[in-house]
Amino acid sequence: MPLELRDFEVDDYGRREGLWTLNFGPQHPATHTTLRLLLTLDGEEVVDAEPDIGFLHSGFEKLGEALDYNQYVTIVDRMNYISPMANEIAWHHAVETLLDIELTPRCKYIRTIFAELMRIHDHLLCVGASVLDLGGVTAFMYAFNERERIYEICERVTGQRFHTSYTRVGGLMFDITDDGIEMIRSFVNGFDKAYADIDRLVTRNRIFIERTRGVGVLSKEAAISGGATGPVARASGVTRDLRRDEPYLAYNDLEFDVICCRDGDCYARYLVRMLELKESIKIIRQALENLPSGPIFAPGTGKEALPEKREVYQSIEGLIHHFEQIMPNRQLSSERGSIYAATESPNGELGYYLVGDGSFKAYRARTRPPSLIHFALFPQLIRGCMLSDVVAVLGSLNIIAAELDR
Amino acid sequence: MTLTAKWQERLDALLPDEARRWSEFRGQCRLIVSRDRLATTMSTLRDKCSMDMLIDVTAVDLLEYQGAKDRFEVVYCLLNTESGERLTVSVYLNEPELTVPSMYSLWKSADWLEREAYDMFGIRFENHPNLKRLLLPEQFASYPLRKDYPMQGRGERHNFPVVTRAQS
Amino acid sequence: MATQMNPTGDNVIWTRLDAAANWARKNSLWPMPFATACCGIELMAASASRHDLSRFGSEVMRFTPRQCDLMIVAGRVVMKMLPVLQRIWLQMPEPKWCISMGACACSGGVFDTYAVVQGIDRFIPVDVYIPGCPPRPEQLIRAVLDLQEKIQQTGTVYGKEFASRTSPEGPPRFDRDEIERIRDRQPKKFQLPIYNPRH
Repeated sequence: MPLELRDFEVDDYGRREGLWTLNFGPQHPATHTTLRLLLTLDGEEVVDAEPDIGFLHSGFEKLGEALDYNQYVTIVDRMNYISPMANEIAWHHAVETLLDIELTPRCKYIRTIFAELMRIHDHLLCVGASVLDLGGVTAFMYAFNERERIYEICERVTGQRFHTSYTRVGGLMFDITDDGIEMIRSFVNGFDKAYADIDRLVTRNRIFIERTRGVGVLSKEAAISGGATGPVARASGVTRDLRRDEPYLAYNDLEFDVICCRDGDCYARYLVRMLELKESIKIIRQALENLPSGPIFAPGTGKEALPEKREVYQSIEGLIHHFEQIMPNRQLSSERGSIYAATESPNGELGYYLVGDGSFKAYRARTRPPSLIHFALFPQLIRGCMLSDVVAVLGSLNIIAAELDR
Repeated sequence: MTLTAKWQERLDALLPDEARRWSEFRGQCRLIVSRDRLATTMSTLRDKCSMDMLIDVTAVDLLEYQGAKDRFEVVYCLLNTESGERLTVSVYLNEPELTVPSMYSLWKSADWLEREAYDMFGIRFENHPNLKRLLLPEQFASYPLRKDYPMQGRGERHNFPVVTRAQS
Repeated sequence: MATQMNPTGDNVIWTRLDAAANWARKNSLWPMPFATACCGIELMAASASRHDLSRFGSEVMRFTPRQCDLMIVAGRVVMKMLPVLQRIWLQMPEPKWCISMGACACSGGVFDTYAVVQGIDRFIPVDVYIPGCPPRPEQLIRAVLDLQEKIQQTGTVYGKEFASRTSPEGPPRFDRDEIERIRDRQPKKFQLPIYNPRH
């Protein structure tokens, strides 16, 4: 199947003359990996933009029907690769809702800490990359340096820098050790300096403000009708945050503010993300202070949760449970039914629609990707803006191609 | 039971004399309508019950689901942003009429979600402004998320010319 | 001695020139990052301040293929993206090399699905493979150093070492089970019996 030029219907555009088409191709530094835009331009002004996606469509949902709940977490990691553990937490939140499993307090707090660390991870990259696209390389370097410290934390706690596959049904792969907690604490203490560096460079920077203020305005009605969630919606005035409205994990016990803005332009989205970084640090601090002790897997969670490794190696019941769980033709049955469960991922509302058919595999594992919904809003944001604003708006929406295409 | 009962009351007051089924699982309420009643039910839900955000549109192929009577199920997840209520609406479809009215006129987020359901399952949405394939190339001939399509595909992924070093 | 494949022969002047050209080329490899997915982020991390790829000459990441000599394919390549990859490879001027970074680019990785190409070496000539999912930035730096070694050992001024690679070097396009699937078009499902301990 060769790549063919498509003939798309030529719109009248109010009888304007001299319109030309620019292919903002799938290979472009500012498209955050593989997106394609067909821009119709009148000189430098964008008259229309038609997105063409699917250049990273890998069949995630088909894989979800072939792998079981504990195996699929490795794949789900690779969806929003900017904040991998946030996907895992969302996936296992959905699975535990389907299987009706209650987590232990320690597990909830550790997952909360990692969810917030991943939020910092994502927002740092989004801010860094959007500033890089507008020309500011130094802020990008500062952001990436800070992200390296989070990679080190992930590596110390889970063994892998990047795609950690740390959560399991009903718990975590293994417990966090004291030096992991020390690393998180020192990261939190050292974060303010890095935040101040980026803040000083960018927030009141005349060039940045001129390029992002008033550009790509998303009104509140358009945000709600378009299904926007997360920082994109909160910057337009939709005050929804799943951590506050439908609390999951340990968010009920922790105090934090929900950051909203009214303008809905790129600058507002940038500010919402920067201030959410501060809130995340507050949450991690509180969670570290109040981290309860205890087991990771709830005792007697029925047979769905994997037993701890010590039990597996040192007791016969643990070994039998592990065998029953892992062997594919012996897996335990579950209830049949379908649910939709969502968490507040850094990009927005990441939800899973799961249909369970009684076995330990999902019959249908549908991801509701925030990036797809936000990218569909792009044409209406960019009409009337200049060509160079395309990059600013694209950066502020935080489109991750793997989540968009799955 | 109270959650479903409340929804039942509300909808029976607004749209009486219609055949609807309700079910509840893990605290989530689901409304099952027939295809003919879908458009009126959805516009009532948006206008009178203020479910102003369409979170997701997806489909499930029930070919291998034990005890299923229909082939496809199209699922809509709705949200009320003011009160935080959620509702799932399902429609069951069978071949050969795999068509459903499009929700684009009610919620703009249905645009790409319905295109993706068409792309993956072959379900057509009437009155959709631009029902083309979204994620797969235009020339792709099958609907991959159906249960009778093999996971590794039928050779479409490797159907390209090979470039050797001397030629390039 | 001059042969058809080696028209300038192996005399000392040409080998000295080759060595000088190789030294210059290997120390200024300008990469063209064909970053599609997660490995792209590790590629960005490899050129950020902690693991600095520009110490080894890859200072500028030019995004136009006309100015680059090293294409780093980082991430999974999908069937919709493969023609784009081939077109960009053909647009790069000689001499050029290709690094296939990550398990998905080398062999399809975890994604053995209908959409992902099971290894770009089926369609593009690859020089260095980097395993890992994703590979650490240090592995990418190691691969660049290995490629520099390869250029130093086997490079020539006129790039004639590439003219002899006339056959495809990767696995054949269709594997045997794929040929069966194309031929039959009948789904064959292999199902393990489910053991339910409650019965």
